[in-house]
Formats: sequence, C-alpha cells, structure tokens
Amino acid sequence: MAGKQSAELERKKFFADPIMVSTIVVLIVFLLLFILYPLLMLLIDSFIVNGTFSLDVFRRVLSLERFRKAFTNTLVLGFIVGICSTAIGLLFAYVEVYVKLKTKILERLFGLVSMLPVVSPPFVLSLSMIMLFGRSGIITRTLLHIYDSDIYGLKGIAIVQILTFFPVCYMMMKGLLKNIDPSLEEATRDMGATRWQVFTSVTFPLLLPGLGNSFLVTFIESVADFANPMMIGGSYDTLATTIYLQVTGAYDSTGAAAMSVVLLSLTVILFLIQKYYLESKTAATLTGKASRQRMLIEDKSVTRPLTFLCGLVAVFVLLMYIMVPFGALFKLWGRDYSLTLKWFQLMFKNSGLEAFRDSFVLSFISAPITALLSMIISYLVVKKKFKAKGFIEFVSMLAMAVPGTVLGIGYIRGYANGLFRTGILSNIYGTGLILIIVFVVRSLPTGTRSGISALRQIDKSIEESAYDMGANSAKVFTSVTLPLIKDSFLSGLVTAFVRSITAISAVILLVTPEFLLITCQINEQAEKGNYGVACAYATVLIMITYSAVLIMNLIIKHFGTSRAFVEEEA
Amino acid sequence: MAKEKKGVRLDHISKIYEDPKTKKPFYAVKDVNLDMKPGEFVTLLGPSGCGKTTILRMIAGFESPDEGEIYIGGEAVNDLTPNKRDTAMVFQSYALLPHINVFDNVAYGLKLRKFPKDEIREKVLNILKLVEMDGMEARMTNQLSGGQQQRVALARALVLEPGVLLFDEPLSNLDAKLRVTMRTEIRKIQQKVGITAVYVTHDQSEAMAISDNIIIMSKGHMEQMGSPREVYYKPASRFVADFIGEANFIPVKLEKKHDGKADIDVFGAKLTVLDYSKAEEGGEATLVIRPEAVKLADSGQIGGEVSLSTFMGSYQYYRLLVGGQEVQITDYNPVNRKIYEVGNKAFLDFDPSGVYIL
Repeated sequence: MAGKQSAELERKKFFADPIMVSTIVVLIVFLLLFILYPLLMLLIDSFIVNGTFSLDVFRRVLSLERFRKAFTNTLVLGFIVGICSTAIGLLFAYVEVYVKLKTKILERLFGLVSMLPVVSPPFVLSLSMIMLFGRSGIITRTLLHIYDSDIYGLKGIAIVQILTFFPVCYMMMKGLLKNIDPSLEEATRDMGATRWQVFTSVTFPLLLPGLGNSFLVTFIESVADFANPMMIGGSYDTLATTIYLQVTGAYDSTGAAAMSVVLLSLTVILFLIQKYYLESKTAATLTGKASRQRMLIEDKSVTRPLTFLCGLVAVFVLLMYIMVPFGALFKLWGRDYSLTLKWFQLMFKNSGLEAFRDSFVLSFISAPITALLSMIISYLVVKKKFKAKGFIEFVSMLAMAVPGTVLGIGYIRGYANGLFRTGILSNIYGTGLILIIVFVVRSLPTGTRSGISALRQIDKSIEESAYDMGANSAKVFTSVTLPLIKDSFLSGLVTAFVRSITAISAVILLVTPEFLLITCQINEQAEKGNYGVACAYATVLIMITYSAVLIMNLIIKHFGTSRAFVEEEA
Repeated sequence: MAKEKKGVRLDHISKIYEDPKTKKPFYAVKDVNLDMKPGEFVTLLGPSGCGKTTILRMIAGFESPDEGEIYIGGEAVNDLTPNKRDTAMVFQSYALLPHINVFDNVAYGLKLRKFPKDEIREKVLNILKLVEMDGMEARMTNQLSGGQQQRVALARALVLEPGVLLFDEPLSNLDAKLRVTMRTEIRKIQQKVGITAVYVTHDQSEAMAISDNIIIMSKGHMEQMGSPREVYYKPASRFVADFIGEANFIPVKLEKKHDGKADIDVFGAKLTVLDYSKAEEGGEATLVIRPEAVKLADSGQIGGEVSLSTFMGSYQYYRLLVGGQEVQITDYNPVNRKIYEVGNKAFLDFDPSGVYIL
C-alpha cells in the first residue's frame, strides 16, 4: 500500500524517457568500470592469494620498515600541513572579510595568490623552493652564503604543500565568514565583549566545524600528493611515493596494491568524516545570509599586523612563482646569472614539442568529456529522482578521496591483463584512451561538485515549466539547464583542462613511451638535476594554463548572460 | 480558443509521504474525489500543508498518486509524464526561462510541438496582446516587473491551448494591489478563452473572487466543495466557516429541531436559527455569527461589556464580552451611528434567520 502505486507510476514515467535511462546506464557502467572496479582489484590483490583469502600480502608489507616509516611520515606531514594551511587560510579570509584594507593592491594580491595554485602544475613550488633555498639556492647560497643548506625532507614538503593548499582553505573560510551575520558579533560587542572576545566566543566557535572541514580536506590533499614529496622529499618518503617506488623500483605490484589499500582507507575514512559529519554541521551552524553589510575593522593595532602577515605570505608565494621563468632563463643557477635561451632550446631538442602536443591533445579531448559528464551527473543528482542516484553521487564524490597513485595502481592491476585478468579491455591499457579516462576520472569530482552547487541555485520550477510545456529530459537539459549554468560549465571545462594538463600522480604510472607528457618530463628533468629544462617546461605549461583561464574569463565576461541571473537569484 | 476544453476527474486519489523525522508514512492527500466540468474554474483552497499543491502537481504529472486514478478529458493519465499531458501550469515563481526573451519564452512550447515559424509568430503575438504585453517581445524576463512576468507566464501557458490550465499560487509574489488587479485579469481571460482551470491558493478572498467552485482542503482531505456563495453561507464544518471569512463560534444548547431550523438557548436567550448541525435535540451545538452580520444596540436579548473598540476606517471594530467569551463585531460605515467605548454596556443586534448552528 504505502507508496506502492506511486513508486510503480514513477517507474513507468521514468522508463518513458529512454534517453535519460540510457544516459544513466552508461554513467553507471563508466563509474563501475573506471572508479570502483580498479579499487576492487586492489582489494582482491591484497587479500586473495591463489584464490583464497589471506593476509599474507599485508603481513609482508607491514613488515617492511620502509612502509611503516612512510605511514608515520604521511600522517605527520598531513597533520602539519592541515593545521598550518587552515590557519593561514583563516588569516587571509579574516583579513579580507573583516579588515578594512587601505589599498586595492593587497586585494589583487590575494586574488592572484588564490588563483596561482589552480593554474600551476603541482610541483612548481617544489622546484622554486629548491632554487631559492636549495644547495645552489639564490637565498641560501648567493645571499646568505650557506653552502650546505638542506631543504629536502619534511621541512621542504611541508612548506611547499602549505603554500599550495592554503588558498583552498582561504576560499572555504571566506565563504563561511561571509555567511556569519554581522549582527551576532555586534550584539556581543554591544554586551561588552572586546574584539578578541568576540572572535573567541562567537566567530571562532561558529567556524569550528568549517575549520575541521578545511583541515580534513587539506589533510587528504597532502596525503594524496605525489609530485611534491617526489621532488623535494629527499629521503622522507610518504605513502604515495613509496607505492610508486614499490612498482617502478621493486616491481612488486601486489605489495603496492596492499599499500594502496592502506592509503585509500586513510583518505576514504577522512573523506567520509568530512563529507557526512562536518559538512552537515557547518551547514547547520551557518545557514543564514548576512542581513547587512559588516562594519570593517579600522583599528590600526589590528589592521597593521594582520595585513603585514598576509602581505608577507602573499609576496613569498609570488616570489616562488616568479622563480620559475627565471630558472629557465639563467645560465647556471647559483653560479652564473646571465640570461640565456639554451634551456628552452634544450627542451625543444629533447622532444619538448611532442610532450606539449601529447599533453595538450589528451587534455583537450578529456576536458569537454569531463565537463559534460559532471554536468549530467549534477543534473541527475540535483533534479531527478531515481534509485541509482545515491550510487552515482557517492561514487563520483568518492573519486575525490582516491589518491592519484592509488588510482594508477588500480588501473595497472585492473587493466594490464584485462577485466579480471581475462584479457577483455586489455587493449586500452597503455593507450592514450586510458590516459584520457584517468584525466576524466581525476577531474570529475571537482566538476560535479561545482555543477551541483550551480544547479542548486536554479529554481526547480524553471525546469518543471519546460517539462510541463512538453520537453523531455534531454531537451530540458540542453535547452534550459545547460544554458543557465553555462558559466559553470565553461569554468568546469577549463578546470578539467588545467587539471589534466598538470596531472602527474596517476598518469606517471600509466604512461607509455609512446606518449610524452609535460609533467612527466618536468619530473624526469628535475630528478636528473636539470632544473633549467624543468623550469622551461614549467614556464610554458603555466603560460598555457594561465591563458586558458584568461580566455575563459573573457568568454564569461562577454557572453555570460547567466551571471546576471544567478546574482539575482542569490 | 482552446482546442478542446477538458474536464478533470480525480477518482479516489491519495498521496502518501514519509515523515522525514519519524519515517512514518502519512496521507498528504486522502481519498479526494472531484469531477470538474470542461470550462469550469475550480480553486483548491486551504492552509499550507493541506495537500492542495500536491493535488495540482499530481494533475500536472510531477507527482504520482498512491491510490486512485486521474482522468483528463476522460483519458486516464496516471502513467503519463508531464510533457505528455494536455496541461499547462503557471508557477508560483513564474519559472520564466531567464536566458531567453519574452517572445522565446512564449514560443518555447510551440517550438517543441514543431509549429511552422510563421504560425508560432502569429500565435505568440496574439496571445501577448491578450495579456496586454504586446511590444515587450524582445525584453529579457529579468527586465520585467512582477506583474508583467505573471502575464508572460500566463501567456506561455495559454498559447499551448491546453485542455486544462493549472495555477500554483500564481499571485503570492505580487503586492496586495496588483494581486487584486491580476486576479480579475486571470478570471477575465479564462472566461474569454473558455478554458478549464484549476487554481491553488491559500488566500480566501482570491478564491472567492475568481472561482466557479471552491474546494476547501484541510489535512489532505476535502472539507467542502461548492460555489463561493455556498461555502460562505452554508459551510459544512467549523473549519470551513473559520477559514472562509471571519466567524464567531458561540456554544449553544439545541432544544428543538424543526424543518431545517432549530430552537436554541444561547446565554439564556431563546432563539430560532437555521440548523446545519448534526447535533441531537438536547445536545450541544455551535452558533456561527459573522462579525459583519451583527451590530451593537442599547437593548436586546444577549448583552455584555465592550472590551475593545477600534476605528478601522471603513468600519468600527468591537469586541463584546458575553458570558465569558469575546464576540467580534465589525460595524461597517458607522458614520451616523452610536460609537460604543470600552466599558460600555451593549447588546448584540442580529437577524436570527440569517445565522445558523453547526
């Protein structure tokens, strides 16, 4: 009785829409094949030996001193980076939202600093860190005359990761702070609290779940990061690098699979806490919109130290990025600072052009697929009711918690010999196709998340009205939904492109000599100590990604009619 | 203008939802039967949460009934999706497509139906004229006022010449004055095109002004269906009497029933009033008196002390304390009448043949 007839009718209506049904089926197959199946293979590899359940592989891996060390290293690093990034992010956000800034310069600086990590390849900061503070560092050697500077190890990774990840925390905190109703703080101030007491008794407690959220997000990012520990880690191995070395150095892919399961469990648990516990708490404490404009702090004893601190960090980050093109233009870093183009010439001689072509083409193909796929997923998740919806949403978000290295190992184990080692689909292994799929899977969660938040802003009845006037789901999606979120679609497109062209962690395990990728080239050159060439690659790469973002902004500015609409809604 | 006016029949319709907190199923709509004639204007009226919008959305096809069958123009439509049903809906938020202009909004459904270009143009311009929006075709919808958006939403629904037109609280986002203008407009246009319309609102004066028939809903079931006059003068229940207009409810004793009338005892006074009650002789009943059906006088059978007297412009508003209960009185246009002040003694003055017990 209860709900039975309506469930039956909903089912009938659902199947009356063949385009939607087939889209959902394709989507589910895609998610199963390229996200769940590789992870399942890792589990099978690490728990099943010769067809029976066994913990032998785990025992073997756990007995490795190297692995145990890497495990603690990863946690220590994650904690440090999580806490510091959140703190710096909070500082930046607080200054932006609460403090009256004298000049626009600092605001622009903030904008730039928060965008740079988005457009730059993951290990660029490591590169410039080495060039600034390494053995031939411009600061350590040339300015301070320290000849045995050791920036490699925990110190180096931590600094680099903090500088890479804090902008994400800053953006998260900014959103939260803007949602705090100023009258709450004014009320406490009115009751006699000092500014510091207001912060500790009102602002901070309200932010607490958000801070936890930001900490966990950064923690996951740090733990999953492969490129920076690889480049600046020295002997400080993390799980991600250990897994990589286990495959490429020790040729032990079952051992790597077991290690991947450990790393995956770590990130997935953190992800689940973050997603299902903290996120709902944040939403519960900070719901309302600010009722009116906030009175900005003008007190010099507050503004001066805060802006000074922020300015310092921002300038430092900028300095790091400026290092990269210079690194490519100086003759011999640390010794001979005369300008030269020889690193660029060397880059092009060493098949640099092929690398750019391959990276560009693969990313160019995968970006639209990712953008469209994530918009379709968001549309289905936000606007439609069907049984597999929870599954689709969960799996596409789960991909966020899967470190690239883990995914790479999963693909090796899952596709090198075909599906379940039967040879089916084994022909995609080692091709460009699997690289494209990896790119898509790696960028899908970010795209889906922003798609979902864009779609939630659109009044449900707008799509219902089109449906009511006779459009089917596919028509509603193409004629109403997509045009309304075209800004979000476009930025998803560019983000996917940028993420793909700068990706390294998963693809480095899957790429074959047939394809040259810029990021792998940078990694290789840096490992060989050819920082000049590495910088030349990185410079061109940043130019590509930066122009992609610029073009996107231009298009949105001139053709983005939906902007006015979204603002009106909000 | 409509190709074919269609009737709507709801046959024992129920909708069950699950309470989000307790996880217990409950009836959002319970066993609603309704037979609308083609061309009729029916309003579903009730407080929020009474199930009126759910019924409308079931007719449109956005929700599916758990029991019963819906017929549009004699055809069972339960398993048809909204895009396959011969209905057009005017949404509370208007739901105009914000990325295209007025013309394209109105033309949207026609394009889906693959009408030739010229015909689309002609139909759109005609319908925009009907809703007095001619000349605005090129405007974007966010450049329109609320009332104009309302007109476009109406035009967009009308142009499809649907068998049934559905309205989901279409005026609730407008200011009070515009609401009155627009409801007259909607009624005028509906009469002109002669279309069947189902209208949902929680505003009783809107319902009265616009409908052929009103259905009063409460907690998922139909309390009463009837013309505005019927539901006002002959409410089927206390809920209806209370929801439509203002009413005083005074406990009385029913002494004798005789051919549709009843002799009652109210605060010791003996009266003969209309009897709509199910009470037995000697039992308890409730006397319903509309505030505007009663005045104050210096003498009479039921008396008390004035506890509130407020000048409201078009009427003087009183409360009279009678037998421990306050009775509301609205004395319209009291220009040349005595004004009672708080503390004065006064009596209720009304025509017993115009009031009734429930």
